[in-house]
Amino acid sequence: MEKFEIRNLNLHYGAFHALKDVNMKIKERTITAFIGPSGCGKSTFLKTLNRMNDLIPECKIEGDILLDGQDIYRNFDVNDLRRDVGMVFQKPNPFPMSIYDNIAYGPRTHGIKNRSKLDEIVEQSLREAAIWDEVKDRLKKSALALSGGQQQRICIARALAVKPSVLLMDEPTSALDPISTTKVEDLVARLKEHYTIVIVTHNMQQAARVSDKTAFFLLGEVVEYGSTEEIFSMPKDKRTEDYITGRFG
Amino acid sequence: MNELKAYLKRPLSLLLRVAVTAAAILTVVVLIFLILYILINGIPYMKPSLFALEYNSENVSVVPSIISTLYLVGLSLLLAVPFGIGCAIYLTEYAKPTSRFVRVIRVTTETLSGIPSIIYGLFGMIFFVTALHFGYSILAGALTAAIMILPLIIRTTEEAIKSVPDLYREASYGLGAGKLRTIFRVVLPSAMPGILSGIILAIGRVIGETAALLYTAGTVAKIPDGLFSGGRTLALHMYVLSGEGLHMGEAFATGIILLALVVLVNFATGRIVKRFTAKGLQ
Amino acid sequence: MRESFDKQLSALSSELIEMGGRVEAAIVNAVKSLEMRDKDCILRAREYDREIDEMERSIERRCLKLLLRQQPVASDLRLISTALKIITDMERIGDQAEDISELTKRIAEYGSEVQLFNIPKMAECVIKMVGDAIDSFVRRDLELAQQVIAYDDVIDKLFNETKEELIGLIAKNSSYGEQFIDLLLIAKYFERIGDHAENIGEWVIFSITGEHKNDRIL
Repeated sequence: MEKFEIRNLNLHYGAFHALKDVNMKIKERTITAFIGPSGCGKSTFLKTLNRMNDLIPECKIEGDILLDGQDIYRNFDVNDLRRDVGMVFQKPNPFPMSIYDNIAYGPRTHGIKNRSKLDEIVEQSLREAAIWDEVKDRLKKSALALSGGQQQRICIARALAVKPSVLLMDEPTSALDPISTTKVEDLVARLKEHYTIVIVTHNMQQAARVSDKTAFFLLGEVVEYGSTEEIFSMPKDKRTEDYITGRFG
Repeated sequence: MNELKAYLKRPLSLLLRVAVTAAAILTVVVLIFLILYILINGIPYMKPSLFALEYNSENVSVVPSIISTLYLVGLSLLLAVPFGIGCAIYLTEYAKPTSRFVRVIRVTTETLSGIPSIIYGLFGMIFFVTALHFGYSILAGALTAAIMILPLIIRTTEEAIKSVPDLYREASYGLGAGKLRTIFRVVLPSAMPGILSGIILAIGRVIGETAALLYTAGTVAKIPDGLFSGGRTLALHMYVLSGEGLHMGEAFATGIILLALVVLVNFATGRIVKRFTAKGLQ
Repeated sequence: MRESFDKQLSALSSELIEMGGRVEAAIVNAVKSLEMRDKDCILRAREYDREIDEMERSIERRCLKLLLRQQPVASDLRLISTALKIITDMERIGDQAEDISELTKRIAEYGSEVQLFNIPKMAECVIKMVGDAIDSFVRRDLELAQQVIAYDDVIDKLFNETKEELIGLIAKNSSYGEQFIDLLLIAKYFERIGDHAENIGEWVIFSITGEHKNDRIL
C-alpha cells in the first residue's frame, strides 16, 4: 500500500525555488530516510507532508501530495491532516507542563475529556515510546526536568497519543548524545511495525542503520531514491556516490 | 590568595573589580539608609489609633487609604490587563509584523509610556471627571491609572510572548491544534511568568502614583462605598499629610505600610511565578 | 540497545552453525561412502556442495549488509570480518569433500577390496576439528580454538604415516599404482581440510583477541 504519493511538487519561498519537481511514493509501514547537505530541501519537503509550511508566509506550493489517495491540500482539514501525520522535531520540545499533560495535550485537543480514557492513552503512548518505566512514577512532574533523550521520547509519545498513521521526524537525534540516539533509533525500528516513518537526517550512518528506503536531496531536487542497501552500496548517480562517501563538492 | 596574585598582575582588573563592588555596596547602603530612615521616623507613630476605621484629624487613620488603594489597584488591573494582553496577542500572533497598523500601535504605546503622569491626571480630570461626570471617584482614578499602565502591560506581555520558543507553537500545530488553542494552552501559559512580572510592575506604578490620581480619584479620606465615591490612596495620603505639615510622623508610618505592601506584592508574585515555572501548568 | 543489530548478529551465528553442520555432513558422507564403496555418493556430495555454496552466499550477504548498515566497530567488526573469512574456508572444505567423493566413485569402480589405512581415522579427526572450530567461533572460546590449531599436527602425522605406507606399497606392487595414488589424494584432501579448520581456528582467535597468528592486524 502506498501511504504517500507526491507528484511534480514544486515549492517556492518568495523567489527561492526550494523544491524542484519532486516525485516520490512512500510505502506504508516503512522507514524512509531523507539525506543531503544543509539547505538541500529535505526538511522543507518533510514539512510539506503535514503542511507545516503553511505557517510560513510567502511559501507557494504546486503539485499534488496524496495521503492514502487523498489530496492533502484539497481534501483535508489541516488539523485533521496533522493529527494523522504526526511530527517529531530536531530539538526535543516538550511543553513546559507535566509529563502527563504533555501526552494528553493532543487527545484533549481532539476532544477527549474522559479522565480514565486519557490515563489509558497516556500510558499506552508512553509504553509505545519505550519510556513508561522511566517516568511512570513522576507523570505529574515537569517534562522539562527530564534528560534530552528522555524529552525526545516524550515528544514521540506525545505525537503517538493522537494515533497518527505517519510519523515525520526532522533530525530527531541531532541534539542527543550517542546512547540516547541509539535508544531513539531502536524505538524507530520498533515503531515501523505500526507506523509509516519518514526521517530526515544529517547522519548518513543513521540513514543506513534505520531506513528501508533512502532519498538523496541536492539543491531542491531528489537526485536518487531507492532501497537503502542499493543507495549505500551501488548508487546510480555520481553525486549520490560523492555525498555518501564524503567526497562531496 | 591565588586570585589576589592574579589581580596584582593586572592592576586595571583590580581597579574595575573594586569599582563595581563599591557600586554594589553603595546601592545596598542607600536602600538600607532609606528604609531605616523611614522606620525610625515612622515606628513611633504606628499606634493602634492609626488603624481606626474612620479617619479624623485626631487619629489620622490610614485604613480608608489602604482600602482605597486596594480598590484602585484591583479595578485598574481589571481594566488594563485583559486589554493589554489581548493587544499583545494581536501584535505578536496575528498582525503582520510589517503592517502599518502595527507600527501605529507601537508608536502609540511608546508615546503613552513616555508621558509624565500629571498629564494623565489632567486628561482624566477633564475627560472622566468633568466630561463624563464621574466626579472625583475610584472609577475615574482607575480608568486613568489603567490607561497609564496599559503600555507597560502590552510591552511586557509582548516580550514574554515573543520569548516563547517557536518550537512550542510548532509542536502544538504538529499535533493538530488550531491557533486559538495553541495561544491559550501553550503560548500564554509559557509566557505567564513574564506577563506576571509586567503586572507586578504595573501594580507598583499604581501604588506609587500620586499626580495622576490627585485630580481623578480625589483625596477624600473615607472608605469608598462605590465606584463613584472618591478615595485617597496611600501615596496620596502621604502626600496630603506631608503637605499639611501637621502629621509628619504619621506620614512616615504610612510610608512603612506602603513599603510593606510593595514587599508583599513582590513576594506573592514571586511565589506565583515560581509555581508556574517549577510545577508545570495544567 | 541496538536491538535489531543484536538480532542480526545472533541470526548470523545460527547460520554459521547451520553451515558448519552441512560441512560436517559433507565430510561424513565422503568417508562413509568410501568405506561402503558407494558409487552414488557423488550425487549427494554435489548436493551438499550446492547447499554449502548457497549458505556461503547468504552469510556473505548478511555480513555485507551488516557492514553497510551498522558500521560495526571493535568486537562487532572483528566478529563480522571473521565470519566473512571463515566461510571461505568452510566453502573450500565443502569442495574438498566433493573432490573426495569423486575419487571414492573411482575407487568403488575398481571393484576390488581396498585397504583404507589411516583414512577413516583422519576423517574422524577432521570432523572433530571442523566441529570444534565452528563451536569455538560461536561460543568465542579461545582455548577451544587453540586446541583446534594444535590438533592439526595429529592430522599431519596421520597423513605422513599414510603417505609412507602407500609409497612402500606402490614400490612393491605397481599394478595397483593408480588406486594407491587415488588413496593418497584422498588422504591429502583430508589433510587440507585439517588446514582449513586450522585457518578457521586462527580467525576465531583474531575475533577474540584481535591478533591473527600473533600479529595485530588493526
